[in-house]
Amino acid sequence: MSGPLDLTFAEARKAMKAGEISPSELTRAYVEAAEQGRGLNAYVLETPEIALVRAKASDDRMVKGEAGALEGLPLGVKDLFCTTGVRTTACSKILGDFTPPYESHVTDLMRRAGAVMLGKLNNDEFAMGSANETSCFGPPVNPWRRSGSDAKMVAGGSSGGSAAAVAAKLCLGATATDTGGSIRQPAAFTGTVGIKPTYGRCSRWGIVAFASSLDQAGPIARDVRDAAIMLGAMAGHDPRDSTSVDRAVPDYEAAVGRSVKGLRIGLPREYRVDGMPAEIDALWTRGAEALKAAGAEIVDISLPHTKYALPAYYIVAPAEASSNLARYDGVRYGARVPGRDITEMYENTRAAGFGPEVRRRIMIGAYVLSAGYYDAYYVRAQQVRTLIKRDFETVFADGVDAILTPATPSAAFGIGEKADASPVEMYLNDVFTVTVNMAGLPGIAVPAGLSSEGLPLALQLVGRPFDEETLFAAGSVIEQAAGGPISPERWW
Amino acid sequence: MNAPSKTPASSKLIAGATGDWELVIGLEIHAQVTSEAKLFSGSSTAFGASPNSHVSLVDAAMPGMLPVLNHECVRQAIRTGLGVNARINLQSTFDRKNYFYPDLPQGYQISQFKSPIVGEGEVVVDLGEGESVTVGIERIHLEQDAGKSIHDQDPKSSFVDLNRSGVALMEIVSKPDLRSSDEAKAYVQKLRTILRYIGSCDGDMEKGNLRADVNVSVRRPGDPFGTRCEIKNVNSIRFIGQAIEVEARRQIEILEDGGSIDQETRLFDPGKGETRAMRSKEEAHDYRYFPDPDLLPLVVEQAEVDALKAALPELPDEKKARFIRDYGVTAYDAMVLTLERESADFFEAVAKGRDAKLAANWVINELFGRLNKQGVGIEDSPLSADQLGGLVDLVTEGVISGKIAKDLFEILWSEGGDPRALVESRGLRQVTDTGAIEKVVDEVIAANPDKVEQARAKPTLIGWFVGQVMKASGGKANPQAVNDILKAKLGI
Repeated sequence: MSGPLDLTFAEARKAMKAGEISPSELTRAYVEAAEQGRGLNAYVLETPEIALVRAKASDDRMVKGEAGALEGLPLGVKDLFCTTGVRTTACSKILGDFTPPYESHVTDLMRRAGAVMLGKLNNDEFAMGSANETSCFGPPVNPWRRSGSDAKMVAGGSSGGSAAAVAAKLCLGATATDTGGSIRQPAAFTGTVGIKPTYGRCSRWGIVAFASSLDQAGPIARDVRDAAIMLGAMAGHDPRDSTSVDRAVPDYEAAVGRSVKGLRIGLPREYRVDGMPAEIDALWTRGAEALKAAGAEIVDISLPHTKYALPAYYIVAPAEASSNLARYDGVRYGARVPGRDITEMYENTRAAGFGPEVRRRIMIGAYVLSAGYYDAYYVRAQQVRTLIKRDFETVFADGVDAILTPATPSAAFGIGEKADASPVEMYLNDVFTVTVNMAGLPGIAVPAGLSSEGLPLALQLVGRPFDEETLFAAGSVIEQAAGGPISPERWW
Repeated sequence: MNAPSKTPASSKLIAGATGDWELVIGLEIHAQVTSEAKLFSGSSTAFGASPNSHVSLVDAAMPGMLPVLNHECVRQAIRTGLGVNARINLQSTFDRKNYFYPDLPQGYQISQFKSPIVGEGEVVVDLGEGESVTVGIERIHLEQDAGKSIHDQDPKSSFVDLNRSGVALMEIVSKPDLRSSDEAKAYVQKLRTILRYIGSCDGDMEKGNLRADVNVSVRRPGDPFGTRCEIKNVNSIRFIGQAIEVEARRQIEILEDGGSIDQETRLFDPGKGETRAMRSKEEAHDYRYFPDPDLLPLVVEQAEVDALKAALPELPDEKKARFIRDYGVTAYDAMVLTLERESADFFEAVAKGRDAKLAANWVINELFGRLNKQGVGIEDSPLSADQLGGLVDLVTEGVISGKIAKDLFEILWSEGGDPRALVESRGLRQVTDTGAIEKVVDEVIAANPDKVEQARAKPTLIGWFVGQVMKASGGKANPQAVNDILKAKLGI
């Protein structure tokens, strides 16, 4: 029994072109699904009126044969993207009801390509978290559950709302951002496809900043092809972001299904971490075998500085965040808690406005940048970052085309299950993904199977700078070998 | 850094109760860059607009906004660097200086901390009477100005005007090479002249477009540097001199009483003629500098530096040397004439094809004297270079005497007109007709027989007769002719 919600965007696009379904009809189905899926807490703001108006305009363009690349795509937008006239909070109390008079470059491109915004999606506060449990709106719920259990699972973070909404078919695709794994880890936890493109591929203009040198936007989608279509519309040079790269955007969709014959795929030995579940190890091996069967050559490689990536990341990212979040001071916009003087107003506003994890990272960041500690922490972390980058460069120079790793060290865990865990234990979720941000490389998470408990597991492919195409080609091999896109059984 | 760097001239020493003290001064000049747009946004830099009317999304530090470097400001900094014979750094970086203040929307100032665009240079400062001092430039860097906090319009709240927020400043840091308040004043004057020649800063101190942080310490001649205090934000050359004097006195008094100087930031109060502590070293901010991850390193091509150098106008030192060489004016006159580019141009227009020394006298003594008295700038001079040149011509040709020329100057100043035509219409022409002069001389001799006797005994009395004749001729008689005829008639 399949309905409009079961179509991937590529399929829906075909149906819309054939006149079998209109953008408005598709949008209405998703508006309804979003309403019915409120229990998942994926949306923090639904914008059905905007969606229907835009869908109507899409109908017209479709009829006139003026369809854009994302025409009629019912899209969810992570609440980190500023959207004109639509509340944008980064899921932090400190932004209050902040409603930007401007649209992020990425969502603007998507809108121009015909995408229809359904609403704003949940995320960890300021994208800081790996389970989406730091959101001021509470965590979104993973539509996947352990076999035979009613326990609610986390959707991953920070783009948990995006991942949950795509997996539960509350939108057809979603924007997300990735600073240390925030696209790939939630995609892995929800059986969806998420790609973090090369740093500089998408403009950061209009996206609430977490860590500027690491943040990148990317899509979370139903399958590899949809991810490729969406990224094609999100990427592109923007002179308003000095780190955005002026480089033509290739036809990513054309890379999906492209042969991987002769590609050299590296398996880094350092990613075989202690205590990694056997089923993840097995998943990794199966992925490698699938690529081998498709004609790729599998080689063992070494990325010797991998073990320093996570500690270095948790210096660099908080350092930048501590400075990026200084603008939330209660003076010009967002929430303000009065005080007797300006200092007390700052203190009251920021104490009330930021949640504990954000406060922790601001403090870590301020500490590692402070006089007397800067060289020991920040400078060393940047040196480590250079070494990590060099590890990858060496491997790519040796002829490796892409690197295959597990996406996460485990499947999704229960909401609140790690409440007593130390922050560091939570940070370990990013162990396979942060290296990619530190090196500025593209990385994709593709579902590759289910855990013994029936939860999605994913593999990650890491590519050369600006070679997202190889990731789409190899990713689609993994996807096919695993039996194609997977969906949870509906229970909500 | 602690070694005494110069031999003190004894005239610069300050006499204390227990012996002589030497002043050591270094200056950080903040010069507003002349540019249409701000350093990192497209907002206008125009002065005097209504509050918060020149504020872009970037200037207000809205979420997700990013800085984009205005390259014209870079060019201005390079020109300035070339103007002080400094090394231009082809690669430099922007850092964030983090602190909270309501007129600092980002919560950090983007500045150049580690690698500034301009490195070491030097400025030769004339001190008059053939004396000069070479002042080392440590560095010049680009940074953002802050907004303005207004505390006096409401009893309970402060207002913030962000028009200035993000405007480009050059911070020009001198070495501690200055040894007296006069040297410091002359240095600021010279730097201001250079900036105005180059057109990189208008030097308008009243608008705060040029202001100084003054570092002052004292030591016994030959001793290492003493502890310095920094006097913040002094906004006139006169106040810079006063601030240095009172601060030096304060420090000497403390030291002579057996005390020690605390390194601290102080404010100069011109009304009370004293400096006051702002904050001590212990309370000093930890600015947590780190490279701004939103901006790439600033790379400048040598070719661009060369082109900017080739296009630089003639600078004050070159111009001064040329004036001495080509016009034969004194070093002092050349210095005065080249203080402002416009004045120098005016002088050259007057001097062209004329007696340059005479032209210099008229420009400096009459015109500049009058302009200064009236507080009028050369650009608003009621007399054009053509008019003054015409006047000089009339003097040179002997058509009018120097005294009449001064009267003519007055007429030109207040009424305008063509000098030659005025001489005719007002009957100012010098009488060179010896017959006419003889007649007057005879009358004067006849009326003063006693003086004639005396003059024959004491020839210097001829001056009295010259005066009488000039008076009787209404100043129009040619003084040389009067002198000659008198000598002949009196037989001396």
